[in-house]
Amino acid sequence: MREPITRILRGSALALILLFFLFPILWILLMSFQTNADILRIPPRLGFTPTLSNYVALLSGKLATSSGTLDITFLRNLGNSLLLSVASVAASLVLGVPAAYAFARYRFRLGESIAFTLLSFRFAPPLLVLLPLSLYFQILGLTDTYGGLIWVYQLITLPLILWIVRGYFEDASPDIEHAYRVDGHSWWRTFTRIAVPLARPGIAAAGLLAFIFAWNNFVFALVLASADKQPVTVGALAFVTAAGIQYGQIAAAIVLSILPTLALALYAQRWLVEGLSLGAVKG
Amino acid sequence: MSGLEISGIRVRFGHAEVLRGIDCRVAAGETVVLFGPSGAGKTTLLRAIAGVEPAASGVVRIDGREVQDLEPEHRPLGMAFQNFSLYPHLSAYENIASPLRARRLRTPEIEIKVRRVADLLRIDHVLGHLPRELSNGQKQRTALARALVAEPPVLLLDDPLRNVDAKLRYEMRLELPPLLRKTGAAVIFVTQDFREAMALADRVVVLREGAVLQDAPAEEVYGAPASVPVAQLFGDPPMNLLSARLVQEDNRVRAEAAGMAPGFPDLDITRMEAPLLGVRPEDVLLASPATGGAHAEILAVTPLHERCVLLLRAADGTELVASMAGAAPDPGTFVSIAGARHAVLFDPASGRRLAISDARTEVVA
Repeated sequence: MREPITRILRGSALALILLFFLFPILWILLMSFQTNADILRIPPRLGFTPTLSNYVALLSGKLATSSGTLDITFLRNLGNSLLLSVASVAASLVLGVPAAYAFARYRFRLGESIAFTLLSFRFAPPLLVLLPLSLYFQILGLTDTYGGLIWVYQLITLPLILWIVRGYFEDASPDIEHAYRVDGHSWWRTFTRIAVPLARPGIAAAGLLAFIFAWNNFVFALVLASADKQPVTVGALAFVTAAGIQYGQIAAAIVLSILPTLALALYAQRWLVEGLSLGAVKG
Repeated sequence: MSGLEISGIRVRFGHAEVLRGIDCRVAAGETVVLFGPSGAGKTTLLRAIAGVEPAASGVVRIDGREVQDLEPEHRPLGMAFQNFSLYPHLSAYENIASPLRARRLRTPEIEIKVRRVADLLRIDHVLGHLPRELSNGQKQRTALARALVAEPPVLLLDDPLRNVDAKLRYEMRLELPPLLRKTGAAVIFVTQDFREAMALADRVVVLREGAVLQDAPAEEVYGAPASVPVAQLFGDPPMNLLSARLVQEDNRVRAEAAGMAPGFPDLDITRMEAPLLGVRPEDVLLASPATGGAHAEILAVTPLHERCVLLLRAADGTELVASMAGAAPDPGTFVSIAGARHAVLFDPASGRRLAISDARTEVVA
């Protein structure tokens, strides 16, 4: 057994790292239960009377400020976020998983170039493409439509899924698929019954990551959609009001918008941890 | 012709030609052992026959029908992969049932067939397990069961005994031949182990660097290797290859080396610079030094099963390997080489076999 001193050092180092990364989230959680006055008090105090007013305002859609009541569309934004992220990831999975399989298993003309081009979408700053894109969207009538946004979101989600899942397909032994073909199963059945199930941890990881990236996207929806199609990231701008910045509501909005990704991450964790090849091949 | 017939199978990866036009026939009910060192192209040949090697060209006929242009799922054959290639997310039962499901058999029928083959291979008690819960021997037999279950006319077995322990390998060597004969399939069995080849083969095809070196019954490959490379590959310890001197006698030629001088009645050449004399270790006749003959020093002794293998240095300085039954003599002592029971003569330039010795035991006086 290791000496106790190393264990104590290791434990405190871990605690320090956790504190560093989780403190902002903890602080936001605390803020979401405080009024703006409590939050802005100098010096800040840990003792305060918790209030649910921030959450009530978000859920009721009525924001009372010193200069009157404002309508906020937070719940609609949340719904938009959910719709855009889920639909984008779903579309990327349908397109990206077969493409990843093709890139992993077959050598074809321009294969690497196509794969790299798809990845390069991740290098380009979004703002660079947004201006021409918004012009094209006007011509095509895609401005301010869910379909248009989901399409643009493929720039975020498709390369991620393609490249991560491709790696998982490449790691799996092609002989397992060959054996299934020799058994008498078609290419398609081999793909759906063998290749995809074996790459499931990778597909789950890639899907989760793509979901988080899509969820956190800000600039595409800001430029290409109007208020009723915008996700929470853009919707949070509404809390910067004429009567000041509503820190409490922002904090509550952040807490609520973290929840779906958190839930998804916890759910997908068991797929992520599950071993890839499960000892099929010798070794 | 029923069974498997391949001709002109070539596989090229870039500039490397892995198979250089392989021709082979395997009759229904026959077991052909494909023997060769690593990298010879054995696995590649099986993959080409099964249709999972995209770089392959050539003709593959199964029961007279050309199948080389068919997708693997439409070729009537079963294959056991060297690395087992079981489906890790399916139970052993489902692994074995896979070829039957592909043929759309009804569930009760599948159940009967899977149970029967599992009984035969003694894995009936682990059918519910996932591959990762099986021992290597059980994995190997599951892979074998999967290849056998649909009773295909052609079976391709890629070194299926390589990853199992010695005891099971020995058992399987005894059990497999009758099992394979019962299926009536044309079997290609890949191995690097010459004992396995001897035990299982109706015929042995020796493959090296993508070309067939010899295609003959196992005893013939062992007793009369077609060339020097076959002599070196097939056998453990390998055949002695000694530089010999030809001596003309009345009606035949003798080849002398290390105290042995076997006669070659069919040899029609009498002069050749240093032909190679091939003698299996067990064909080196040993005697006690007191009986005369050529003395040889014992350099090292390896006990091997019921025999022991001796590394000898003959009087002329050549080193050779002999094997003998009985108690191992001490290194440093001397034995006498009395002759060769059986020998093969090779052309040193081309490596090809020139002649086989006559049956008489030759003892140098």
